[in-house]
Amino acid sequence: MSRFIDIKDAEMSFGRFHALSRVNLQVEQGEFITLIGHSGCGKSTLLNLIAGLTRPTSGALICAGREIGGPSPERAVVFQNHSLLPWLTCFENIHLAVERVFGGKENRRALEERTWKALEMVGLTAAGGKRPSEISGGMKQRVGIARALSMEPKVLLMDEPFGALDALTRAHLQDELMRIVSATHATVVMVTHDVDEAVLLSDRIVMMTNGPAATIGGIVQVRLARPRDRLALAQDPLYIDYRTSVLEFLYHRQGRPAQKLA
Amino acid sequence: MSAIFTRIGDAAAAAAGSVGVVAPADVPAAPLPPAANDSAKPPRSARIAAKGVNLQPWTERMRPAALKVLPPLLGLGLLVLAWQILAAQNSAFPTPLATWDEALKLFSDPFYRKGPNDQGIGWNILASLRRVALGFGLAAAVGIPLGFIIGRFRFIYGMFSPIIALLKPVSPLAWLPIGLLVFKAADPAAIWAIFICSIWPMIVNTAVGVQRVPQDYLNVARVLNLSEWKVITRILLPAVLPYMLTGVRLAIGTAWLVIVAAEMLTGGVGIGFWVWDEWNNLNVPHILIAIGVIGVVGLLLEMALIALAKAVTYEEA
Repeated sequence: MSRFIDIKDAEMSFGRFHALSRVNLQVEQGEFITLIGHSGCGKSTLLNLIAGLTRPTSGALICAGREIGGPSPERAVVFQNHSLLPWLTCFENIHLAVERVFGGKENRRALEERTWKALEMVGLTAAGGKRPSEISGGMKQRVGIARALSMEPKVLLMDEPFGALDALTRAHLQDELMRIVSATHATVVMVTHDVDEAVLLSDRIVMMTNGPAATIGGIVQVRLARPRDRLALAQDPLYIDYRTSVLEFLYHRQGRPAQKLA
Repeated sequence: MSAIFTRIGDAAAAAAGSVGVVAPADVPAAPLPPAANDSAKPPRSARIAAKGVNLQPWTERMRPAALKVLPPLLGLGLLVLAWQILAAQNSAFPTPLATWDEALKLFSDPFYRKGPNDQGIGWNILASLRRVALGFGLAAAVGIPLGFIIGRFRFIYGMFSPIIALLKPVSPLAWLPIGLLVFKAADPAAIWAIFICSIWPMIVNTAVGVQRVPQDYLNVARVLNLSEWKVITRILLPAVLPYMLTGVRLAIGTAWLVIVAAEMLTGGVGIGFWVWDEWNNLNVPHILIAIGVIGVVGLLLEMALIALAKAVTYEEA
């Protein structure tokens, strides 16, 4: 199973706007991939293609040996703005997903147990009865992650999941995500614009060129032992090397689009 | 505490001598304790104030409540005054006091029946409310599902939007003859007029609500692969409910406006017919009372729906 997700010559155009051009990428099972690039480079578009929320203009996307024909619970998405339903409690938000995936096979008690387990994984058992408007941004994002993981997806897709959070909360959730991923051996594709986040979390960092007609400009293989500790890594020369090479790509080889215009 | 008070007082007194500064306002008005007795208990007023008791005179304390009640009372008073002046100029117009007496008489026995055309005001109001409830309920039963379909499918939206745009501005009373023609009776025709006037806001607001459901929520539905039934009950319905209730509120407002006019034309029992009947009797106090009653009932309907809307509106996450 070396090619768990296989993207072959994916092209994406929105009307006359050519967003993605000839994207080729293979993801192994259990791998943690981040997509990084300047805003507007099509990294979210690529993620939506893998999610099946949009279909490619041409090319093929295959997941676990089957063509991606549309969205499915086996490719769970954690959205940038958490997208919890405001009229349901945190428990109900997760239960909706659990019920959909396991409702046919398991009884009510088992479903509820799954829901509580998902809440427990992100440390939010106490907030189960609260509505999203009553909890903090970081907690909402954790519920979003719990909802995605509760479906036991083959792939976890995350679209800048921590982008809207403050730095401390973000660090906390990154640690939590690393713990959960190592426990569940999930395959993760995550969009980010944070270089440190990319190096800390990834097995491979996929760097995208600037749009239009964006494509993969380079891949950095991050060979840092797990579990990773952000404090120890801060001094690690290898970590600094990876960080520098991503920064070099982003700011030297792919200067900010705004600077190009100036 | 006492030490601080004394010191501020002393300083102020010293300053007052030279520069003419007035003592700070928050120093209690109680006489300053004598300097020798510096460690004595603070004055009683200060001790009570420290417990959180409001020591301002009662006129000050009542101010916020008075400011809330006074303007509406003043407005109503002006209305009654204008009415009184008008009545004094025109002998056919009853004074407020005479109308009040008449109203007391009327409401002392609201539920009498003396034949089909002479019933208590309570029966008339109930008859009107029944027609509104029926026409309005039918309109909700048809309009809300229709609004959902129109909002969900672009093709159907394209089909219906010119029809709605064309028919919405038509006065519901223009539909009354059609109702009389089809139903061959006054009562269903009045209900029909209510139905027509309430259905437009319900269709339009529901459709707009469905179209404005955030794409994020629908993406969640797509990723979870929810069945259409779950999409409707768990996502669309709760998201659309606030819009829907706005439509319902607009509809009930118009329905209550229209029923009076419709009943004037159709006759029978009902507050609108009652107004027309009292006009034929030249009983002006009763007409004035009816205007007041129609206003109060409309206000109550509106307030009930606002309360309902508040209860079901979710807080944006």
